[in-house]
Amino acid sequence: MIGFKRDSKKDEEDGGGNPFQNLEKTTVLQEARTFNETPVNPRKCTQILTKILYILNQGEILGTVEATDTFFAMTKLFQSHDVILRRMVYLGIKELAPIAKDLFIVTSSLTTDMTGRENLYRAAAIRALCSITDGNTLQQSIERYMKQAIVDRNAAVSSAALVSSLHMTRFAGEVVKRWVNEAQEAINTDSIMVQYHALGVLYHIRKTDRLAVTKLVAKLTKSTMKSPYALCMLIRITCRLIEEDDVGTNSKLFEFVQSCLRHKSEMVIYEAAHAIVNMKKTGARELAPAVSVLQLFCSSSKPTLRFAAVRTLNKVAMTHPAAVTACNLDLESLITDANRSVATLAITTLLKTGAESSVDRLMKQISSFVSEISDEFKIVVVKAIRALCLKFPRKHSVLMNFLSAMLRDEGGLEYKASIADTIITIIEENPEAKETGLAHLCEFIEDCEHTSLAVRILHLLGKEGPRTKQPSRYIRFIYNRVILENAPVRAAAVSALAQFGALCADLLPNVKVLLARCQMDTDDEVRDRATYYSVILNCNDAVLNNRFIVENTHLSLPTLEKSLHQYTMQPSETPFDARTVPVAAISPSEEARLAAAEEISTKPKTAIATMTREETYAEKLRNIPQLAALGSPFHSSPAVDLTESETEYLVKCVKHVYERHLVFQFICTNTLNDQLLENVHVHLDPLPEGFVVAANIPCQRLPYGEAQSCFTVLTFPDVLAISVGSFGAVMKFSTKDCDPATGLPDSDDSYDDEYMLEDLDVSVADQMQKVAKANFAASWDEAGDENELEDVFALTSMQTLDEAVKNIIQFLGMQPCERSDRVQEGKSSHTLLLSGVFRGNHDVLVRAKLALSEGVTMQLAVRCSDPEVSELVTNSVG
Amino acid sequence: MQVCNSLRFHVKSSIIAPPCQLEETKTSTKMEEVMLEPTLYTIKGMAILDNDGNRILAKYYDKNVFPTVTEQKAFEKNLFNKTHRADAEIIMLDGLTCVYRSNVDLFFYVMGSSFENELILMSVLNCLYDSISQILRKNVEKRVIMENLDIVMLAMDEICDGGIILEADSGNVVQRVALRADDIPLGEQTVAQVLQTAKEQLKWSLLK
Repeated sequence: MIGFKRDSKKDEEDGGGNPFQNLEKTTVLQEARTFNETPVNPRKCTQILTKILYILNQGEILGTVEATDTFFAMTKLFQSHDVILRRMVYLGIKELAPIAKDLFIVTSSLTTDMTGRENLYRAAAIRALCSITDGNTLQQSIERYMKQAIVDRNAAVSSAALVSSLHMTRFAGEVVKRWVNEAQEAINTDSIMVQYHALGVLYHIRKTDRLAVTKLVAKLTKSTMKSPYALCMLIRITCRLIEEDDVGTNSKLFEFVQSCLRHKSEMVIYEAAHAIVNMKKTGARELAPAVSVLQLFCSSSKPTLRFAAVRTLNKVAMTHPAAVTACNLDLESLITDANRSVATLAITTLLKTGAESSVDRLMKQISSFVSEISDEFKIVVVKAIRALCLKFPRKHSVLMNFLSAMLRDEGGLEYKASIADTIITIIEENPEAKETGLAHLCEFIEDCEHTSLAVRILHLLGKEGPRTKQPSRYIRFIYNRVILENAPVRAAAVSALAQFGALCADLLPNVKVLLARCQMDTDDEVRDRATYYSVILNCNDAVLNNRFIVENTHLSLPTLEKSLHQYTMQPSETPFDARTVPVAAISPSEEARLAAAEEISTKPKTAIATMTREETYAEKLRNIPQLAALGSPFHSSPAVDLTESETEYLVKCVKHVYERHLVFQFICTNTLNDQLLENVHVHLDPLPEGFVVAANIPCQRLPYGEAQSCFTVLTFPDVLAISVGSFGAVMKFSTKDCDPATGLPDSDDSYDDEYMLEDLDVSVADQMQKVAKANFAASWDEAGDENELEDVFALTSMQTLDEAVKNIIQFLGMQPCERSDRVQEGKSSHTLLLSGVFRGNHDVLVRAKLALSEGVTMQLAVRCSDPEVSELVTNSVG
Repeated sequence: MQVCNSLRFHVKSSIIAPPCQLEETKTSTKMEEVMLEPTLYTIKGMAILDNDGNRILAKYYDKNVFPTVTEQKAFEKNLFNKTHRADAEIIMLDGLTCVYRSNVDLFFYVMGSSFENELILMSVLNCLYDSISQILRKNVEKRVIMENLDIVMLAMDEICDGGIILEADSGNVVQRVALRADDIPLGEQTVAQVLQTAKEQLKWSLLK
């Protein structure tokens, strides 16, 4: 019969085109009326059903009514015993299940098919039935059949039942849990797929019970499973156990994973190798066998195998480059691979592991095909090059040329931005590369269609250009932008020009002329900037130049916006004082970018916050009326733990420093589910001399598992010298016993209790905000030597200059300027330049001259507008 | 006045010239997913496209991956453009690992997460291709696939159910999609299949 069907269809085909072309939803649904005819014409109905499924697959959307009508028409087809038609009906039921209503009417038909004798129906009927069941029907009528089906001798039936159970755990997890014995039985069958599915179901049921999973794994690793899929799954479960339990690499579990490297199926071998590579704790010894199987895969004839192997090796190279060097020869042969993804991965791996001598050769090879790969892979290449630059600074000229060639090629913004980023990093890291790097960037902005990139590069030119040997050469590039570009770029160019005027005395007259021309610009922002800079430059005052052109005040923008908004809401005679706005902390993006360069794509990076820590806290503090009166906090420290991490109550403390006040925010978490804490506050005792508790804001209710805050407000002592010290702390609260399930207290009885916390320290760093100075020397001179304090210290505990520099920065909480935080290797002396703002908006500058001689000797000079602050800073170091 | 003026300028300049941050590409976040929880939900999607990149059949199994048909079709177009020229078998696109195979005017794709074992995906693709090749009696081309669309749909349903690999052996798949003995040339059947069909025919003749 079916043969006949095929032939007749072929006739149609020869006469016309594709029967499924230009189908209209309404026509097809009309045709579905044929389903109601008796007797059913299987050939015709199958074709109509196929058409319906086809238009659904093409993206037609049926309304609930249309779907329900079609569904009901379809139920008529159960009269026919044509196998294909019946199977298509199942498929139709599954497709319409999410849209149509009253699906339950086919339950009995499907149950009959599922338990009937026709094997071709049974498996498919189970799957269709499970797609229309809800938790109730499942429990009432078909649970019994499902249990039988799971242990059915027919592999298809058993698989279908297991897979459907897994789908149903979403809404009927409890029911499925009762089938654990059946699943256990199914795992012992011979069928490859049944074993795999049974393992999946068992693991899903037990995954919340660590002990049960451990037992399951222990049992299964001993028996030899036939199914490669099940083995892959088992390897994954085992790895998860190893990671969670943190057992070493000597355990039975790890031995099992390693033994899978010798399995006969490539799938299992690769899964095991991949798992070993991805484990956090593997060392070079454990990696060696995994790397050697991957090496074998590199020369496979299957592209997928090569791809998988290179991709995994690439990952190894990030953490253990030495382990991959053995594969370098194999990887080199893959550079010419027909699959460009394989080639790119091979090259980036080689770049990570290779020696300095091979860089030139590799770069040549990359350039031969870089135009053929997708942007995504180009970015991978760029990242690899960046890592390379940091590793081999001497190769910068080769790499820089390559990057500039890439810049000139076609590419999207993301790609171009990643190249520009890389060049900027190189310039910052390597002073020798600065001039060439800037030259390449200048050339790039001549022909750059991305405004944001052009603005960034101009900003960089303004910052770095004046400090090069020949600043004049950049002026032409910048001024060209003023003539040719759109308003934002012109404005950025004007700012960059002003930098040159402020820092290079010999260029000043020329810059003035150019700025004068910019005052005729059509855009008001450009005109404003030009006028502003012209006025300042015409004053010829170095201090003014430094303060208003070279340095950027780092006001926190969101807070500034809020303050200004508030100011406009309450009209007053006094002018707005910008000094009430706290300065923003230096964003950690600089460090983040460096870190990213090293571990290119291992970990998911948390989205870079647009607000700094202070700003997010400030936002929250403003909502508490008692604290809002204090204004915006000047500095907020990171949270410090005051308890061990495994105790009954977890308390963290954040120190918010205001101009005259200090606020401790205690973030408390109650980890006991049978207790409700009330009136939680922290009592500070002993208090250092001079500090006074101004207010206590308790947390009224602290239920189980929630983090809530209570606050203590203190006023700083008037004498700055004693504004640092250590506080004792005790958490006090009243406890009510409560029902763990509902969280409601059992009775109104409560008893008072207290809990000792660790001591709290307030240091200079807490009262200091990091602020960068672009031109430290100018600021230093401007501060004058009237308020300078100088002292010599012997830091005996420090062994290296690097260590000393890190400690001083951390201790004072100030921002290192002009890259003075990096100590050049092999030097025995170093000058560290730090700047910051002390609470009350006192600029503080520190110059620490360090010398290495049996420990580190430090000559510390502090300049600040307030002599008391200088004294505090000097004293605190000693 | 001085204060106000300088203030205004600084605000504007910081907005227009952001401190160096343009990192974080869409792909990199997707590519850097954490190790996945062990699960049977392996397949994110399967597709059969014609040689213009139009969809013949496609199924996506993860609600978070291309939830709408528009997104799906855009992805398919992109995928086709990247794969129809190069005969490379595997590609990473939009955070998915896609393995593919083509014949005459048809392209077969299987998609999985970027952390999935590529060889498992490949085994599913091979199963898809081989089953269809047997169903179409080795005439793997668009015209024939359109004629047998019903059986091909059943086959895809037998290979993957809601993202779980249901069957990866093409012989089993073909047997389960109800192809009768007369549909497969005798030479390509296994002994078991022959016996099975013989049994069935006997049964049917008795039922009549």
